[in-house]
Amino acid sequence: MQTLLQQIVNGLVVGSVYAVVALGYTMVYGILGLINFAHGEVLMVGALVALSAITFFQSVLPDLHPIAYFVMGLLVAMPVCMAVGYTIERTAYRRLRNAPRLAPLITAIGVSFLLQTLAMIIWGRNYHSFPQLIQTAPIEIVAGVFMTPVQMTTVGVSAAMMIGLVILVTRTNMGRAMRATAENHRVASLMGVDTNRIIALTFIIGSALAAVAGVMIASNYGVAHYSMGFLPGLKAFTAAVLGGIGNLAGAMVGGIVLGLVEAIGAGYIETWTGGWLNSSYQDIFAFLILGIVLIFRPTGLLGERVADRA
Amino acid sequence: MNNISQAIPFLGSRNPKAALITLVVLVLTAPLFAGLFGNTWVRILDFALLYILLAIGLNLVVGFAGLLDLGYIAFYAVGAYTWAFLASPHFGLHLPFYVVLPVGAAFAALAGIALGFPTLRLRGDYLAIVTLGFGEIIRIFMNNLTHPVNITNGPQGIDQIDGMTIPLVGLELNRGLQVTDDFKISSLFLYYYVFLAFVVLAVILVKRLQVSRIGRAWAAIRDDELAAKAIGINTRNLKLLAFAMGATFGGVAGGLFGAFQGFVSPESFTLMESIAILTMIVFGGMGNLAGVIVGALALSFLPEVLRHIALPIQQALFGKVYLDPEVLRMLLLSLAMILMMLMKPAGLIPAQSRYSRADLLGDKEARHDQAA
Amino acid sequence: MKQTVIALALLGLGISAAQAQEVIKIGHVGPLTGNIAHLGKDNENGAKLAVEEYNAKGIKIGGKAVKFELIGEDDAADPKTGTTVAQRLVDAGVKGVVGHLNSGTTIPASRIYDQAGIPVITPSATNPKLTQQGYKAVFRTIANDVQQGAVIGKYSAQKLGKKVAIIDDRTAYGQGLADEVDKGVKAGGGQVVAREFTNNQATDFMAILTKIKATNPDVIVYSGMDAQGGPMLKQLKQLGINAKWITGDGGCTGEIIKLAGDAINANTYCTQAGLPLDQMPGGKDFKERFKKKFGADVQIYAPYAYDAAAAIIEAMKKANSSDPAKYLAALKSSNFKGVTGVVAFDDKGDIKAGSVTVYQFENGAWKALKN
Repeated sequence: MQTLLQQIVNGLVVGSVYAVVALGYTMVYGILGLINFAHGEVLMVGALVALSAITFFQSVLPDLHPIAYFVMGLLVAMPVCMAVGYTIERTAYRRLRNAPRLAPLITAIGVSFLLQTLAMIIWGRNYHSFPQLIQTAPIEIVAGVFMTPVQMTTVGVSAAMMIGLVILVTRTNMGRAMRATAENHRVASLMGVDTNRIIALTFIIGSALAAVAGVMIASNYGVAHYSMGFLPGLKAFTAAVLGGIGNLAGAMVGGIVLGLVEAIGAGYIETWTGGWLNSSYQDIFAFLILGIVLIFRPTGLLGERVADRA
Repeated sequence: MNNISQAIPFLGSRNPKAALITLVVLVLTAPLFAGLFGNTWVRILDFALLYILLAIGLNLVVGFAGLLDLGYIAFYAVGAYTWAFLASPHFGLHLPFYVVLPVGAAFAALAGIALGFPTLRLRGDYLAIVTLGFGEIIRIFMNNLTHPVNITNGPQGIDQIDGMTIPLVGLELNRGLQVTDDFKISSLFLYYYVFLAFVVLAVILVKRLQVSRIGRAWAAIRDDELAAKAIGINTRNLKLLAFAMGATFGGVAGGLFGAFQGFVSPESFTLMESIAILTMIVFGGMGNLAGVIVGALALSFLPEVLRHIALPIQQALFGKVYLDPEVLRMLLLSLAMILMMLMKPAGLIPAQSRYSRADLLGDKEARHDQAA
Repeated sequence: MKQTVIALALLGLGISAAQAQEVIKIGHVGPLTGNIAHLGKDNENGAKLAVEEYNAKGIKIGGKAVKFELIGEDDAADPKTGTTVAQRLVDAGVKGVVGHLNSGTTIPASRIYDQAGIPVITPSATNPKLTQQGYKAVFRTIANDVQQGAVIGKYSAQKLGKKVAIIDDRTAYGQGLADEVDKGVKAGGGQVVAREFTNNQATDFMAILTKIKATNPDVIVYSGMDAQGGPMLKQLKQLGINAKWITGDGGCTGEIIKLAGDAINANTYCTQAGLPLDQMPGGKDFKERFKKKFGADVQIYAPYAYDAAAAIIEAMKKANSSDPAKYLAALKSSNFKGVTGVVAFDDKGDIKAGSVTVYQFENGAWKALKN
């Protein structure tokens, strides 16, 4: 029982990170129908920029509270990532809005390589130790089940960002403009929505989310590296599709479900299959569950059922 | 072929026949020219041919039938592992290539159907992520099927795989061909011509396929699935056929890869490879056979050329090496991908929206028929 | 026409060979891009240091002063790229190769070197299969997985505790080593209570560690690299697991100490083939020279890469020739004091003095134990 509870906690932590990253994918997809492959790399940039910023502030302003450094790191990483996100949209995607469907996918992959290579030039090839400014000493929440403050923060921040985003999209004028753009660019622009601006804003918000996710991942695991964006990016994309891509609630549900499935799958597969399979198959759960869900619900868990149209 | 030959500057459009002959001669003598710069380039050429084969196969699925497949490398893996199982000391089997290659192709086709069947209802990006997952699942299984019975030898891979032996003449490609006592044709050259034969076969096959009933039906499904259904096209069977045929090409290429490389391990079949092949066909011009071939060639050579010149260029320009050659290579490659797509989003040689039979076959009679 | 082209090709090769007489090229291959690029660069620097130091000494071979040149290539840890760059080195006319870093790339590449008759010495590919392929000129300056795995397994079972859990990263290195550890544990009278798996890009190990926790092991063996080992140690602490933890040479680095932060303690052990850098005959000195030259710390295998390059040069000196066919015999009978210890190979090409040292973490550093 303890073990199961602990696995659920593990799954929730991983899942909430997936969920935040998935939000970025889903927002861009919802508006542009584009898989922004470079999203995972923006996350990496966020983590590494925060690392440099924290190291810098620690040397010029010693004796501050650790949380202060953490916040400063975040405050530097977010604008940098927003700028990166905006630049990517402006230079690599905007001109391709009416191009054949796969062209932006290739530029996205190109951008992702480019960001990785630039990060490798700037921060080097080594794995960096990321300062763990939020407490990592485990707290026993129930008998034998542990959770650390940094994990709690991760879950909390993720939840807050998701709620904030939902409010932004459903309750504000900007959100309405975003939804209108997602529905139909042309009509939206006829109605006076500056669609270019809205699309750029979507990228900027998505990148800010990625920056936060990057800093949370790096603080949680205590490492940062130029290739750290790829795997969370892939998993989050899977989560976004699982939940129904383009749907904010779907991204959250998809992320949490994926995290739970992975943790519980890795923990129990050996028992379930009588030792035939084991945790070396951990990474197939994400895809298996995705395959199964999509067979029965071809547009994901919460995706809208689109009628076939000509 | 015509398309590529016409792309040759000056000569192409003015004198198609001469252009075609030039192209054939170029293709036949390419390894000799490459050999001038060292065997590396012949090896790169060999790999380029394998990539062309893969690109042609993937183009069937993505370019012709419009099914976005991000896990294509799985079929390559199935072909390569089949060769490794049936022609290496791993299971002690040493079957000849004319048995192993068809078996590998058949397994790959089965895998294609296995992937196609559950995903029939999926569209676009949903299909993309499921195929991506399929590719990863296959790789993870290859990496872990060592327990309870050792099938794939896990991450250690399978080594000492037999090379290819041409029956009747008994030519072992791995050994090279000893012409006279002190003149030997290296195995790299022999593999080039064998791979070339497969590529030519594939090109002919695909060209015929494209104008056939099946090819036109695929185009219909790609352009509008609902309309295709409405005019009585059996979309289910045709989609499965696209997956199976695309997979077959992958399987054959995989088998050839196993024989050529002599070693297979799961590291060769990562997601990045699937993406690389997709990039080739989009870069070259999806749906256009000539474009796909040019794309595969360009992206096989570009990184290697960059690898070759990155160091000397910096030394010449600045007299000092600022960036490691491999970093510069990645930098330039990614920039090339972005800029290329921005300038020519439909690829180097874009597909036309509509092909007449005559365009595709370069067939005078058919052109005549149409005129009449 | 074809004949002329071939003739031209031969001529071209002839010219480049003629120019290369003053300079002896030695190749190095490792991943310089990808997620273990830092280790690849480390190896390359190790080999580079050897080459430059020998150059500074002014070596004469066959009566002529020669200069060694290191040609570094990147295989991105990918087997296909590995064979391509191997061919590049062969074409460039290298007389010997240091590399590759991974077993997965070294095995297919060794076939190409063998066909070209060029000796290859790997400083870090530890898969036993590499030297069992029957090639004549494949060597390694590091103990292989069998040697090291047996030590880890036995040491764990006999000194650290009977109940052992093993985690590996499903790479050729990790899995190969873990299988040997498994055998070693059983041979040492211990019991393997769990075998769990992760991968070499993972950062989250909570699920498998939670599962291991339920089996209540005395010791956890991790067979993989430092980049995963560091975060894993932190997560052990987060889950309140107090078992001892031991890893092989992939995690026996200074890097893991940084990455693990306060989660590394006296319960943490690691093993490394050969002697510790500080206790290597030339270790301390090497560390300083390396730092001075490249402004970076030694990661893991640089001393082994240094010795591999040195073995090639020493053999050339002894045979008084840079022709692979001639100096191969001298290489086989190598016997000199390198940075890592005495470099001498057995008949398969594995290092003879394949001693393995166990380390324990103490006062911010790895401290060698006498086993």
